[in-house]
Amino acid sequence: MHPILSRLSRLALYLLAWIPLAALLAYLMAATGGLTARQAISLSFPLCFLYAFVCLSAWYSCRAIPSGRSTIGKLLEVHIAAALVASGLWILCAELLAYIFNGMSLYPGLTGRLSRTLPILFAAGVILYLFSVSFYYLLLALEASQTAEAQAIEARVLARDAELRALKAQVNPHFLFNSLNSISALTTSDPAKAREMCILLGDFLRRTLGLGEKSTIPLAEEMSLIHAFLAVEKIRFGARFNMEENIAEEALKMNIPPLLLQPLVENAFTHGISNLIDGGWVRLDARCQNGALSILVENSFDPEAPPRRQKNGMGLLNVRQRLEARYGDRATFNVRTEGDRFSVAITLPAEGEGRAT
Amino acid sequence: MSSRNDTKIRAVIVDDESLARQVVREHLAPHQEIEIIGECANGFEAVKLITEQKPDLIFLDIQMPKLDGFEVLELIDTGSAIVFVTAHDTYAIRAFEVHAVDYLLKPFGAERFEAALDRARERLNANSPTAAVPATELAATARPPAQYLERIPVRDGAQVFIIPVSKLDFAEAQDDYVALSTEGKKHLKQQPISSLEAALDPSRFLRIHRSYIVNLERVVKVEPYGKDTHVAVLRNGVQLPVSRAGYARLRAFLER
Repeated sequence: MHPILSRLSRLALYLLAWIPLAALLAYLMAATGGLTARQAISLSFPLCFLYAFVCLSAWYSCRAIPSGRSTIGKLLEVHIAAALVASGLWILCAELLAYIFNGMSLYPGLTGRLSRTLPILFAAGVILYLFSVSFYYLLLALEASQTAEAQAIEARVLARDAELRALKAQVNPHFLFNSLNSISALTTSDPAKAREMCILLGDFLRRTLGLGEKSTIPLAEEMSLIHAFLAVEKIRFGARFNMEENIAEEALKMNIPPLLLQPLVENAFTHGISNLIDGGWVRLDARCQNGALSILVENSFDPEAPPRRQKNGMGLLNVRQRLEARYGDRATFNVRTEGDRFSVAITLPAEGEGRAT
Repeated sequence: MSSRNDTKIRAVIVDDESLARQVVREHLAPHQEIEIIGECANGFEAVKLITEQKPDLIFLDIQMPKLDGFEVLELIDTGSAIVFVTAHDTYAIRAFEVHAVDYLLKPFGAERFEAALDRARERLNANSPTAAVPATELAATARPPAQYLERIPVRDGAQVFIIPVSKLDFAEAQDDYVALSTEGKKHLKQQPISSLEAALDPSRFLRIHRSYIVNLERVVKVEPYGKDTHVAVLRNGVQLPVSRAGYARLRAFLER
């Protein structure tokens, strides 16, 4: 669709914009060619009206050769050639018009005076045509950036959807199977403990499944989910791990996306503690500072642990993508390995009950 | 081995979770003919116990501290029947590639466990086919494609060493073994050099000779040595023969 021709109101505006141009041209012709004001005006206005439509056609050549896909040289070559041709035809029209006026004995001697202004007219024609070309390229660029923005928004919506789907698939099946195996062991040796573990596992699952529906939850709620998870792992791993928490009171009220930290704590088990013969530790720090909520999940691991024979890091990747999709630049996510310590540091905007946002 | 029927089947349980070991133990309890000679909670212990005791039957978890189940298999001389016990179904194909008798997915019931035991007995009564194929080679080839070796476990007696491939200078074929040279020491491992070559990242390690694989980072220069042959000089001064085909491969690599 032509941006100007497609609407009558735009076309009218466009033609109005040519009126000062026609006036300027008339002035130039009068000044350089010795034409009278009437002669100049009766030539320049019909000529400009005609040329306004010639310049409209530049849109089609601009769209046919987008600026991004051809070299500058090629672009200049094509459009300058077009400008020369258009302007050449234009001055032919001017001469024809002057000839007609002459024939009608309206303005005797007009053709002679016009020939003196022809170079000016030609130059004006070329410049006006090239000006339209740049105008259309500008429009095209604007359009492209708008499309890009729309696509970015669409991508974000898709990321949100992916986030929701990921949340629903969040419960790690291996955690579930190993826990069920532990329950299976306990049923004979310690039925009371087996029952306790069933209840803990049920509690954890119910919370996990319920949270997927929410957009954010207070950190306190995420922590109680983590505690439910740890209670199950405590039975599986016995004394093989130690959990330390340093969470500022105000941080507990801050809102975070649900199941943001639980996968990190679970990671600490699958890649850290489960590979340590003498057991290991997990530490979770959270505090508010300068309008941001900083969270650190740190754990010990064996740098010489057997390599995982399947893709890992899905939990980390998922957390990072969810932060990005939701907070963009306002959140950070840093993974560090230092000796036998592995840590994930997250900052996100401190939003929640305790703070007006 | 033919007198297996008169003697007890000696079994080992390897799992890092004590509750998981307990399940296997309970399932074995009614079987008078099976004697549990030991339990291990990690890969190192497992290699030591299995090497010393040579059990008939091994219940083996896959993800464990120190060495995983497949690495344990690489380091033991298996005449043993292996039953993998794991919560991960993704390893099943590889488990059977290393001739596992069965693959039990946690949690499992008595019926499924009995079926695994039957298969194990069958395997032990037959003339053990696993003995014909070295487990090392199988375990190495069972590696997933597009994932190269990051470390090589080796065993000296009952002691296990882990060699990160970045510390491997070169490997030399010696009959059925490869000698792995690292930090001036040599470790022998029962494995054909071709299977080691296949498991190593080809952009870091090159077979320069029928009997040698070299860590390309260690090569300082390549010099002519007699007619048609060359030697590669390593950073530590060691000189390795380079065959004609090896020289072509080395040049192709250096020109890239």
